Amino acid sequence: MEKTPNPPSALARFADGDFFYTFKRSPVAVVSFVVVALLVLAAVFAPLIAPYDPFNPASLNLMNGFSEPMVPNAFTGETFWLGTDDQGRDVFSTILYGLRISLFVGFAAVMFALVLGVTLGLIAGYIGGWVETLIMRVADVQLTFPSILVAMLIFGVAKGFTPPEYRDDVAIWVLIFAIGLSDWVQFARVVRGATLVEKSKDYVQAARLIGRSPGSIMLRHILPNVLGPVLVIATISLALAIIAEATLSFLGVGAPPTQPSLGTLIRIGQGFLFSGEWWILLFPAVTLLTLALSVNLLGDWLRDALNPKLR
Amino acid sequence: MTDTLLTVDDLCVEIPTRRGILKPVDHVSLTIARGEILGVVGESGAGKSMTGNAVIGLLDPPAHISGGQIHLNGRRIDNLSRDKMRRVRGKEIGMVFQDPLTSLNPLLPIGDQLTETITEHLGVTQAEARKRAIAALEEVGIPAAKSRIDSYPHEFSGGMRQRVVIALALCAEPDLVIADEPTTALDVSVQAQIISLLKRLCRERGTGVMLVTHDMGVIAEASDRVAVMYAGRLAEIGPVRQVLTEPQHPYTAGLMGSTPGASLGRKRLNQIPGTMPGLSAVPDGCAYNPRCPRAEAKCRAEPRPPMTNGAACWFPGEVKI
Amino acid sequence: MLAYIIQRVVQSVVVLLLVGLVAFSMFRFVGDPIDNMLGQERTGADIERLRGQLGLDQPFPVQYYKFLEGAVQGNFGVSYRQGRPVSEIIAERAPATLELAAVSGVLAIAFGIALGVFTAIRRNGIASHVIMATSLIGVSLPTFLIGILLIYLFAVELGWLPSFGRGEVVDLGWWTTGFLTASGLKALILPAITLGLYQMTLIMRLVRSEMLEVLRQDYIRFARARGLRDRSVYFRHALKNTMVPVITVVGLQLGAIIAFAIITETVFQWPGVGLLFINAIQFVDIPVMAAYLMLISVMFVGINLIVDLLYYFIDPRLRVDRGAAAK
Repeated sequence: MEKTPNPPSALARFADGDFFYTFKRSPVAVVSFVVVALLVLAAVFAPLIAPYDPFNPASLNLMNGFSEPMVPNAFTGETFWLGTDDQGRDVFSTILYGLRISLFVGFAAVMFALVLGVTLGLIAGYIGGWVETLIMRVADVQLTFPSILVAMLIFGVAKGFTPPEYRDDVAIWVLIFAIGLSDWVQFARVVRGATLVEKSKDYVQAARLIGRSPGSIMLRHILPNVLGPVLVIATISLALAIIAEATLSFLGVGAPPTQPSLGTLIRIGQGFLFSGEWWILLFPAVTLLTLALSVNLLGDWLRDALNPKLR
Repeated sequence: MTDTLLTVDDLCVEIPTRRGILKPVDHVSLTIARGEILGVVGESGAGKSMTGNAVIGLLDPPAHISGGQIHLNGRRIDNLSRDKMRRVRGKEIGMVFQDPLTSLNPLLPIGDQLTETITEHLGVTQAEARKRAIAALEEVGIPAAKSRIDSYPHEFSGGMRQRVVIALALCAEPDLVIADEPTTALDVSVQAQIISLLKRLCRERGTGVMLVTHDMGVIAEASDRVAVMYAGRLAEIGPVRQVLTEPQHPYTAGLMGSTPGASLGRKRLNQIPGTMPGLSAVPDGCAYNPRCPRAEAKCRAEPRPPMTNGAACWFPGEVKI
Repeated sequence: MLAYIIQRVVQSVVVLLLVGLVAFSMFRFVGDPIDNMLGQERTGADIERLRGQLGLDQPFPVQYYKFLEGAVQGNFGVSYRQGRPVSEIIAERAPATLELAAVSGVLAIAFGIALGVFTAIRRNGIASHVIMATSLIGVSLPTFLIGILLIYLFAVELGWLPSFGRGEVVDLGWWTTGFLTASGLKALILPAITLGLYQMTLIMRLVRSEMLEVLRQDYIRFARARGLRDRSVYFRHALKNTMVPVITVVGLQLGAIIAFAIITETVFQWPGVGLLFINAIQFVDIPVMAAYLMLISVMFVGINLIVDLLYYFIDPRLRVDRGAAAK
């Protein structure tokens, strides 16, 4: 019997495809991808990489406070790459942990927005009628307001619902909820539009005729077709969510000082701007900027590569 | 000749691209006399619009004139400065575009568009310009011009808008009008009206016209002489009767044979085999040789054929319709 | 046209009613207003009295109506934190925010349009490329970092400009202004740039792309073919056509300026409504939050409405009834 050749693995097909080809040809995309990947890895393995545990009071030595980067501390002789803050915490370690929180909030918020937006968009597009009107009107109204403002309001309200003694513990989750809820509209709009288009196509009509349930049609037939644009929006939203998180934390309505994100670190660092301890502010700020810029550039490239019409 | 208005001499237009230099206009020479209508005909991409744009100095960069000369009223105009050329446009050369729906600014009343052109070139007062604008609209047959002068373009029909466009092109009394496919976007019923309007106005004023079109019917209707272009080159030029009835170039003959109504007395339409080459793949020798029924080795080997009897062909007149 | 305007006004009112409902629900259900207003020492009689006073014993729709009635009259209750009427606090702080927003709005629109037109006309010039590249970084730069950067440069390093506050203000009775004193104007510079920069970038990029699109249109070629001057082609013919889509976005940006003022005000400790709002969130001062939400909604909805109506003045095609246009 003739042996049929194995179909190429998914990885091989990917490496061979147009998508990977255009990726390799775009230096901006490759560089920003590498930067994002490095930052994500650094965040994931923060406990292994960080030379100190900034949240373990036992490891802190107040004598180490305000050490300049790469200069041995006058009292203890210890040297810190990026210096220390007022309490002697290693700035490099706090950045790694801060990055961890920023990325976690960013990813989680986008996932939340994605699931919510895609679900509502599918429902609105597939079911139509008053359900669609309701969902899309809410989306329109929400879109009138800048999402950072919506996130602040949600954060404020959620905080009001939480008893004061738990507020710091749940702050991160509230933050995710607030940013995610402020950002679902984009997903819902695109998915609804695509659903309306796909719904009228023959294969979906056929699937309906043979009695597939709406749920299975949406999942198996319509969803795969909207994944491209959704991925693009998710990437761009990630940059926005990271900036939103940093902004909220900077304003003091986000991550608490006990779990500082990059924004919180910048907020803390701003206090030392006038007294000359520039490193406490500069390094978290540069990290945030690098992260936001790379994700943005990656999103831009992805949009052009996957769907030039999306803009 | 004393009444020569426009002389285009050996004009070349080049577009530098990554894959090499394209020549959408390749050594084209033609003249237009005062009051004469020269039809320029050819398939799309043959370089006829590009020739018109070169004459009026509106080539879109990176396209540019790379050789040859253009004289208007005896003055060389292809090397004028930007600002001097701007003064030539509108004042000495008017232009009519293809689509009247898009050539008028939708946000300005037509009267404003007329008066701005008139005051720019004729240096008259606003009130005088308005008077002339109304007269110009009446002349092109806009009913109740006085009350419609403040209307916006969208308030006119397509044919009426093209009349407005013609009024705009003529309002500063240019000596030459370049009409680039002026009827292509219009309803068939309106086309004849617009052509006869253009013809009448130019006759009355002694304005020369370069009438660019791919429509042989329009050429037969309106022009005194006709220039046939192929792949950026001039294939044939001559009086309209002669070119239509006794084409010297095989391409013209083929074009006649494939145009309904143009070849009198024939029932069947003939097709020219193949398509016009793209600008990046113009064949050696005579550009038409791969499609020409009369082509032989000479047509491929020798450089381009010289103009003989008004046709750029080694064997003029040998292919009949 | 009238029908359209009425329709838009009705829509706006519905949106405002919805936002009012959200604001009221916040007010009513987030925490217990009684808890918030009375301290630890309270009696059942106190609670009942306050409950009646606040109208909390009445049915929900009646309470909502009362809330709206109060809101329309500018009565938003009493701040939990400061114990003063919210309307009073806001009136005190509004001038600071409005002056800041107005200056940054004007900056953003003026420079945004000018740079957008410039980069579109001189598309291949070196200056345009530099401006465009800078703007790409500007879009990724969070507002608060811009503010900190400006403070570092002009307040810390150069010492030219103050880093916080409004400077000296002149009290006109109903309005306090920083426009009339040198220190007030100096204090305004950095916050106004911070707040306006991002919006300016957005407006510039939009104007540029719209302008490039318009410059490709036939009527621009025709305007050139008629021998009009560049100035007339660019500013009389092209810019006006560019403005139609730009106005929508600029309108929304004006709303965004008010919202983003929150960030700028925090960075510069600018004593405006935004700083008030952030403090309200930190201390869960619900009446202030609700009032801020209502105020900003009125502004947004109003701006949206004005933007829609502006179309009619710019684009004559919309002014005509559909049937009247000759076909």
